This record gives sequence, structure tokens and C-alpha cells, in this order.
Amino acid sequence: MKSTPSLSFSKLGCVKGGRQLFKGVDCHLDAGQWLYVTGANGVGKTSLLRMVCGLASVEEGHILWNGTPIQKQFDAYHQDLCYLGHLNALQESMTVDENLRFTSALGGLAPNALQRREVLSRFGLRGRNAQLVRHLSQGQKRRVALSRLALSPARLWVLDEPYVAMDEAGVQMLADLIAEHLAQGGLTVLTSHQRVPIGHVPPQLLELQAA
Amino acid sequence: MSTSIPTSIQTIGISRVMLAVLKREIALGLRQKGEVLTPLIFFMVVASLFPLGVGAESNLLLRMAPGVLWVSALLAAMLSLQRMFATDHADGSLEQMVLSSTPLGLLVLAKALAHFLLSGLPLVLVAPVLGLQFGLDGRALGILMVSLLLGTPTLSLVGSIGAALTLGVRGAGVLLSLLILPLYIPVLIFGAGAVEADAAGLGIGGHLSLLAALLVLSLFFSPLATAAALRISLE
Repeated sequence: MKSTPSLSFSKLGCVKGGRQLFKGVDCHLDAGQWLYVTGANGVGKTSLLRMVCGLASVEEGHILWNGTPIQKQFDAYHQDLCYLGHLNALQESMTVDENLRFTSALGGLAPNALQRREVLSRFGLRGRNAQLVRHLSQGQKRRVALSRLALSPARLWVLDEPYVAMDEAGVQMLADLIAEHLAQGGLTVLTSHQRVPIGHVPPQLLELQAA
Repeated sequence: MSTSIPTSIQTIGISRVMLAVLKREIALGLRQKGEVLTPLIFFMVVASLFPLGVGAESNLLLRMAPGVLWVSALLAAMLSLQRMFATDHADGSLEQMVLSSTPLGLLVLAKALAHFLLSGLPLVLVAPVLGLQFGLDGRALGILMVSLLLGTPTLSLVGSIGAALTLGVRGAGVLLSLLILPLYIPVLIFGAGAVEADAAGLGIGGHLSLLAALLVLSLFFSPLATAAALRISLE
């Protein structure tokens, strides 16, 4: 086991299109904790999460992973990170299994056929391995994307509206998955308009407000 | 915990990640056959239009052949460039590539290689058939193929920079041509020049060496430039 991970923001701010979205955001997250980012539409939740991933550059303040700014250690940081955005990162004309294999490979992983089948059936996609993604419903596509999460050994999960398009059972499955991840010493940053409890772990709340 | 996922998932090195990208691109290309066939048919049609347009005077056709075939190949290779990152951008795969622990430049290199195999290599293989229409002899056809083989990978690599820069821009196709065609000029000059030089009795070593040098340069620099452009277009 590596050293216990931690994520912190100091005086984080975001300017988009000449408008200050938020500023002076401070927060600290230790292993086993999760951050629940809330706020009105357009207040910059997705922008914050993209900054945490390193997809958008940090202009104001700092994001520290284990005490070091993320932009100084991108390669190591990205090994520890799994991001699920609005888009599922699934290629429509490939099968479920091919997609899962490819997204895992991008993370440097090669789960074997049994492991892939197991994780898919856990998310209620038993027997769908060979189906083309374009023939799945929105919720099922989301479940395939979540399977990638379940296979990832990354310690920091960044989830942008993960419950969208999922049915009740799917939402519960995801909450259980996150609870397991936290119990194993992982961290999660999550935005959602649905308040879903994650196991018995109370969230750290971060309510973004327009600057 | 229900069916917990076994923690012993095999990890793979950078070269296997690149191989995974290459295999995926080729599988996708072969599944969407139109994308592979369109540039090829475009190449054959454009190159065949010239003899119809300028008449059947064999001396004229023979002199024009290398240039015409190379320009047609250039335009055909451009056709499929736009889609190089477009679908990955639309479905979010590109974000995952940027977030991969494998350097983005190497993933881009694998994608450019796939682009060459799917749209450059077929041109190389068809070129001799079209060359026959212009009355090129066996030796000239061979040189044409070698020059295309050395030149088309450069087209894919340099083209990837343009594809990345115009990602998500409206009217990207035209902008892409304006950006990239000027950069293709050196490849065109030395590619077509090799066949002409041989016909004139000069050596072809210089032309082919320069083509190879362009390839090495673009192998090194274009993935870096493309990766930087992709990061900017995702912000």
C-alpha cells in the first residue's frame, strides 16, 4: 500500500469566458472521504471537476495531490485518477466488451475475459458482452461506463453527474460501489443534483457560489 | 460486498497500450468500410479524370503522371483526416486518452499509424494500376510506389496536427485543407520529383533520402504538436 492519499484545493478560482465563476475555494479530502460538490446550474461544478482531472488548467490557486500540485506530476497523478464525465467514452460501433477492454487498456490494465464478464454482470449487463453499444439504452451505456470504474485501481474517482439516466437499482449499485471504494481507502469527488447517501460515510459538502 | 472484483488485474506497458489503440482504430476502420473506401475511390477517380481532361497525348501524360498521381494522393489522404479525432471527441474517448497515464503523444502516434495503414497504404497499392493509365514503365511505377510509401506516413502524421487544431470547429474540413496543404508541399516536391528525376536520368537517392528525413522529423515532432493541440481543444 502506498502512502495515504489526500486531495486539497487552496484558494481555487475559475474564470471562464471572462466571467469569474467561483473563487477562494478551500477544501481538504483524506483517504476514505468523499466530496459532494453542489451549486446552481452554471456555477462551475463541471469546470471544477475538469480542473481536478487536469483537463482544464488551474489559473487561480492550487490543486494538491499528496501535497504536490497536480500539474507537476501529471503522469503519476493520472495513474491514480479515474474520471467519469458527462460523456461515457464508449464507441457506438464497438461491442460492450471491446469498449471495456479499450478503456481499461488506456488506464494500463488488461482485465481477463472472466473479470470483464464478472464486472458487467455485477452492473446488470450479463450476456451483453458481444452487443454493440449503439443497441444499448442510455442507462445501460452509463452502466458500461461504470464498469470501467469498478475495474480501475485508481484511488481518486472524479464523477460528474454519475446518476444521470440510471434507474433506482443502478443508482444504488453505484452508491454501493463508491462506498466500497471509500472503505478501501479511496477518495471520491462527485457532483449530482440527486442526493444519494454513500454507505454510512457523510460527505464533505462544497457548495459553489457565484463570485 | 457482493461479487467483489478480483484485485489482481494484469497491468500492461506503454507498448501494449499503443497496440490496443492501433488495433481499435483498425477494427473501427474495417467496420466502417466507407471511410476506408472513400479516399481510395476518390484517388482513382481524380487520377483518371486527367487523361480525359487533357487528351490522350502519351508524351504529355507521361510527363504529368508523377505530379498528378501525387497531388491526387495528397487530396485523398486529406479526406479522412477530419474524422481522425472527431468521433473520439464526440463520445468522450479523447478525454480518457488525455487522462491516460500513457503519454498522449504516443497514443496519437498509434492513431496516425492506423490512419496511414487505412488510408495511405491502400493508395500506395493502387498507384501502380493508375500509373499504367499514364503509360509509366515498370521502373517508374516502382519508384512511384517507394516514394508514396515514404511520403504517405508523413501526410498522416502532419495531418494529425491539423485534425487536432480544427477539432470542434465549424467548417473544419475547409480550414483543415488550408492549414495542412501548404505543409504537404515538401513531401509533394520530393515525392513527385523522385519519379521525374529518374526519368531524366538523374539519381533518385537524394529525393528518397529527403522524403525519409521528412518522415523521421514528423515522426518526432508531430505527435508532440498534435498532443498539445488536443489538450488546447479540450479546454
